[in-house]
Amino acid sequence: MTRRMDPKLLQDHNLTAGEYAQIVRLIGREPNLTELGIFSLMWSEHCSYKSSKVHLKKLPTRGENVVQGPGENAGVIDIGDGMVVVFKIESHNHPSFIEPFQGAATGVGGILRDIFTMGARPIALLDSLRFGPLADPANKAIMEGVVAGISSYGNSVGVPTVGGEVSFHPCYSRNPLVNVFCLGLAKKDRIFLARAGDPGNAVLYVGSKTGRDGIHGATMASAEFGKETEQKRPHVQVGDPFKEKLLLEACLEVMEKNLIVGIQDMGAAGLTCSTSEIAAKSGTGISIDLDLVPQREEGMTPYEIMLSESQERMLIVTGQENVKEVQRIFARWDLDAVKIGEVTVGKRLRVRWHGKVVVDLPVEAIVNLCPSYRRPSRKPASLKSLQSLKVPPPPPRLDRALLALLASPAIADKRWVYRQYDHMVQVNTVILPGADAAVLRLKENKTGLALTLDGNSLYACLNPRLGGKIAVAEACRNLASVGARPIGVTNCLNFGNPEKTAVMWQFKEVVEGIAEACCAFSIPVTGGNVSFYNDTEGVSILPTPVLGVVGLLEDVSQAVSPGFKEEGDILVLLGENREELGGSEYLRSFFHLEGGEPPQLDFDKEKRVQGLCLEAISRGLIRSAHDISEGGLAVCAVECAFHSPGKIGFLLELADSLRSDALLFGETQSRILVSASRSQLEALLALAAEKEVKATVVGRCQGHSLVIRHSGRELINLPVETCLAAWESVLPRIFSS
Amino acid sequence: MKFGVVVFPGSNCDYDTLYALRDVLRQDAVFLWHKDHDLRRADCIVLPGGFSYGDYLRAGAIAKFSPLIEEVREFASRGGLVFGICNGFQVLLELGLLPGAMLRNKNLKFLCQAVHLRVENAGTPFTHRARKGQILRIPIAHFDGNYYAPAGVLEDLEARGCVVLRYVDENGDATERANVNGSAANIAGLVNLRGNVMGMMPHPERASEALLGSKDGRVIFESLILGRMPKV
Repeated sequence: MTRRMDPKLLQDHNLTAGEYAQIVRLIGREPNLTELGIFSLMWSEHCSYKSSKVHLKKLPTRGENVVQGPGENAGVIDIGDGMVVVFKIESHNHPSFIEPFQGAATGVGGILRDIFTMGARPIALLDSLRFGPLADPANKAIMEGVVAGISSYGNSVGVPTVGGEVSFHPCYSRNPLVNVFCLGLAKKDRIFLARAGDPGNAVLYVGSKTGRDGIHGATMASAEFGKETEQKRPHVQVGDPFKEKLLLEACLEVMEKNLIVGIQDMGAAGLTCSTSEIAAKSGTGISIDLDLVPQREEGMTPYEIMLSESQERMLIVTGQENVKEVQRIFARWDLDAVKIGEVTVGKRLRVRWHGKVVVDLPVEAIVNLCPSYRRPSRKPASLKSLQSLKVPPPPPRLDRALLALLASPAIADKRWVYRQYDHMVQVNTVILPGADAAVLRLKENKTGLALTLDGNSLYACLNPRLGGKIAVAEACRNLASVGARPIGVTNCLNFGNPEKTAVMWQFKEVVEGIAEACCAFSIPVTGGNVSFYNDTEGVSILPTPVLGVVGLLEDVSQAVSPGFKEEGDILVLLGENREELGGSEYLRSFFHLEGGEPPQLDFDKEKRVQGLCLEAISRGLIRSAHDISEGGLAVCAVECAFHSPGKIGFLLELADSLRSDALLFGETQSRILVSASRSQLEALLALAAEKEVKATVVGRCQGHSLVIRHSGRELINLPVETCLAAWESVLPRIFSS
Repeated sequence: MKFGVVVFPGSNCDYDTLYALRDVLRQDAVFLWHKDHDLRRADCIVLPGGFSYGDYLRAGAIAKFSPLIEEVREFASRGGLVFGICNGFQVLLELGLLPGAMLRNKNLKFLCQAVHLRVENAGTPFTHRARKGQILRIPIAHFDGNYYAPAGVLEDLEARGCVVLRYVDENGDATERANVNGSAANIAGLVNLRGNVMGMMPHPERASEALLGSKDGRVIFESLILGRMPKV
């Protein structure tokens, strides 16, 4: 056995013996250490999607407005008037556990680069965050660090963080999820891709210098956490948002002036990934000299330089004639732009160092020939008992249950989080964080964009396929509630170790559910990210699909917010109530029970409800709209009161023959609570009848109390102020103690 | 009236300020690059929000050494109108064009939210279109907005009418609760003695269109636009 076949060395590089044998076959010899490092990065789960590829193929990726589907840095959708949106979501889970502030900050930096690499100016960020219970000081510290990291990076670069979600579960205790979404705006004829063009083109290294930080970040993200993970802290990169801002401006300037052929971000897997991918996508080779790479530290080896994940760096390919002009522009922004090599014929990655060739590999083998696994999957036997949960009888009054729900961190006010984010910079934010979806205006015309992130991990655990479908349906419903039609999807799929059959089964089911729903709603998936190995000490997180859906508003001035507008307005429920308590936040926070079947979903009903809401908004028939989700109808109505300018209360009178707690707190899908002025009510109900959607008058906006009656019996009667205080004080109290 | 909006490499409200002035208020407005020595014959220099040079040291501390700032200082000394917003205000404090300093917000967190302001002096070139006592609703977005000055300086500022804007609640009362960042005497905006240099932490450019929730910030820009221009 040779030195390099040393199982310890392979294990350190997260490669199996089979994968190593494959590498030797592909390159016709044994790789040297630097080459082994390159394969370890590019064949890692994070870079190669080797366990997920076979399933991700099931997602619908086409549509008439899709300009760029999966496979590039981000997806691109045409929004008319010569403009496109460029968007993507990425996870930064593992680094955020090891070093919350920098892990989350560099997550923001990475996704921003994915977007401006394509030629788009980033105009919005959103984050989906999951933490363990805040009673544990360790989780509190992680959350505080993550939020501060996002705030520090996004605010400084000047891209508003306009929305997202924060949720809690014990499974995230030593494995927080930090999923960051970014959307940018570009001209359709100025989209840039990772392309090398013709042999002879110059390869430029731009941005920060290379240091030893982040070596093995991608392989770290492809392994489970054990007790020794603390020692992996040096694997986390350190972010410099100021440098990123300079890089952003300089890159957009050379793109605007059409001075470059192609560009690739040095994100996970740094110089290795950017050089080999840009060549593989162009059918060329690439040759670089490491002595020319700007370095922050002395004595770095080729292995370290190639594997470093130092932040705020890019690889640019340009014609030789434009090198000087590109360098002049970067110098104006005080940035290095150094020619380190060129595009070659022959499809090989050649790296020189101190006059010697230290890497000579076929790019195809590095980028495209990683084995793809169809890993075995099996439905876990334990699921059945989880699904067959016996629900306790409802309490006679429900005031206490409502207050418990409002005080549950999942539902409680998230202002403590989002006021740390600059959500208004760039002066486009029409609907601020806290609503169903954020809405941005486009300065170029009168349209607007709506953005939302959604995912319910308990649903996905109890019924993965249904959980996948609901995540899509609810995200689309969020958009419909503000008046936007969905145009594209990106997803972040957070799961445990795919080598476990139960995890693989969850993954397969969730992906198929998402695929079904996207087909039903006719929305393309233009990219996304898979994060496996979210396990700590052998325990996997709940399956957590997070859907990022982008919507378009024809006329942004018609955008509707969830807050009630005026006393006397009539409350109308679009959709039907059913007796469904499985997987609800009510069971979780009031009875401390997790189980049952998640609510059912009927695509046809869902589409009709959303269609009605959109049509009613465009005709100006409704004054507020709010999607019914966690906490059910009661929490939905209460949130509308909280969001109203004068904290207007309501009287809700319900008559359905369901158990009262299911009626108030059940999470039946395909429902939106809207308010309408008396004068518009008739038109709204007529429109609902025409669209074959059940629309029921359930109450009115009035006074300063929250009153709910069921068949004449009062279940809740609380002052708005009491509930508001319970809801608002949760996070500030936790974080001030 | 021609506005010059200064662009430091880490400015990020430069476009927003230009947009409010040029596209919303239809004024002549241009960018001024920090490495130049050219104020491009602007009548009013605006230092916008952002993180001028990354602000890793102290907000605005490096900006004071930029080439353009030499010109701004000289322009101000001749009585030219200089208006600093957020990071721009921090730069003006670092330059000594306004007294005092900014500390971290009292809760030690970045704060982005709408606040209420009371106009304390409507006799400045920046506020003469407002009423004394008028309440404005304008957003803030900063980490270091906790204004500090020694007691003697504060007394002097108050006595001479240099306090232009104060954080108040929706009823116009300068309460402790309304003072979200912990500023001395709820100070949100200051003018120098001569009246030609003003700094404020809230962002009037973010409150210039009804679509974005408030037009209250316009009164500041309109005061400049409709005012008498000082001879420089």
